Amino acid sequence: MRCGILLWPALLACCGSACAAADYVVMPGGRFESALPQGPAGSVSTPVEIVPFRLRAEPITNAEFLAFVRGHAEWQRGRTPTLFADARYLLDWTAPLQPGAADAAPVVNVSWFAAKAYCESEGARLPTWLEWEYAAAADETRQDARRDPQWRQHILSWYARPSTKAPAAVGGVANRFGVQDLHGLVWEWVDDFNALFIAGDSRTQGDPDLLKFCGAGAISVIDRDSYAVLMRIALLSSLAAADSTGNLGFRCARSVDGDLP
Amino acid sequence: MSRFQMSRRQSLQWLGLAFATSAMATELPGDSVYQLRVPLTDQHGRPFDWASLRGQPVLASMFYSSCDKVCPMIFETLHLTLKALPARERAPVKVLMISFDPTRDTVPVLQRTAQAHACDERWTLARTDEASTRKIAAALGVQYRRLSNGEFNHSSTLLMLDLQGRIAAHSGSLGSVDAALLKALHHV
Repeated sequence: MRCGILLWPALLACCGSACAAADYVVMPGGRFESALPQGPAGSVSTPVEIVPFRLRAEPITNAEFLAFVRGHAEWQRGRTPTLFADARYLLDWTAPLQPGAADAAPVVNVSWFAAKAYCESEGARLPTWLEWEYAAAADETRQDARRDPQWRQHILSWYARPSTKAPAAVGGVANRFGVQDLHGLVWEWVDDFNALFIAGDSRTQGDPDLLKFCGAGAISVIDRDSYAVLMRIALLSSLAAADSTGNLGFRCARSVDGDLP
Repeated sequence: MSRFQMSRRQSLQWLGLAFATSAMATELPGDSVYQLRVPLTDQHGRPFDWASLRGQPVLASMFYSSCDKVCPMIFETLHLTLKALPARERAPVKVLMISFDPTRDTVPVLQRTAQAHACDERWTLARTDEASTRKIAAALGVQYRRLSNGEFNHSSTLLMLDLQGRIAAHSGSLGSVDAALLKALHHV
């Protein structure tokens, strides 16, 4: 059980009860400033309040996803309607019930619909972008390490490495909240991936399709130095819900009280 | 050819026809948006399954009632598109508008919005729960997010769904009729 007990005593409560099925850690929430504007003015920072929630300590692994597709045949490769999963869905698996990479490696090549269905199957949901960004702002000791150039550089060094091989096993160093592998292993779906278009809306008269691209997208992001976060946003905003890619996985979230999202 | 062979061939033909008909009635194409099962309620408070629109051409979009800038233009553009069709092609077309804002777009609000935009029985203004709204937008390729002041940012996408619920055309241009939509409706 990896609930970051030493780092975050409040998590003891979680470890005692609900962590039995999968490791979820309690995220205390609070005021948070996103790299994306949250208010009507596209260029002004509006801090938001993150409601406490629980987040899976690790991304979903191949072994976990295999158990899911065994129990939900409609999500096995070859049986899922193309509306929900494209032709790359689980393409790295050697057979519909046989992952291609290690059991403990994060599952990749999963669509947003498939990721959502997995989380729903354990009474959870995908985290929102804000929840993910808030969780990913922490390093091992600080809740918000985003201002530290050294930490930024450390994260960026992962993005600079080419990803030709399947991702390694989950289980990286836990951050201050007890959450692992938010950086350095895979990209992750969020529930509102299709909310991550940048620079306002159609009222700005621009072609919304242009905003899907990285260069234009950076225009009204508040913190332009958070390249790692910007790349996540750029990737997620370019995806359709049925898309799957070789380094995109997911983890689930749920509310603090009760099993319902 | 004996009578037996004749009747056998006939029965095979009948069997084939029956099979084809039942396949049409049951098997939804994998890329049909109706693959997504979502609980919808229309502006009259009636629950409905959007797969019931199968067999009819559908113009679809998403909106929210308190929006006073882009959304009225979406309604207007759909009216213009319908007007641009010859009466024969227009007759079977349904319009489906799904709200981004299920909290504020209650049934009475949807009904008022339908009246305000001269939506006749051809139009369905619908709402569902938050999670299903996100799924519908994902299936339709519409992007939206709620801002801290309760307004929504969203892409203004008009879609044409074919008889099986597949996206046959989409348009992001408002205020005038998009030839791509008309063409798709023409070929339905």
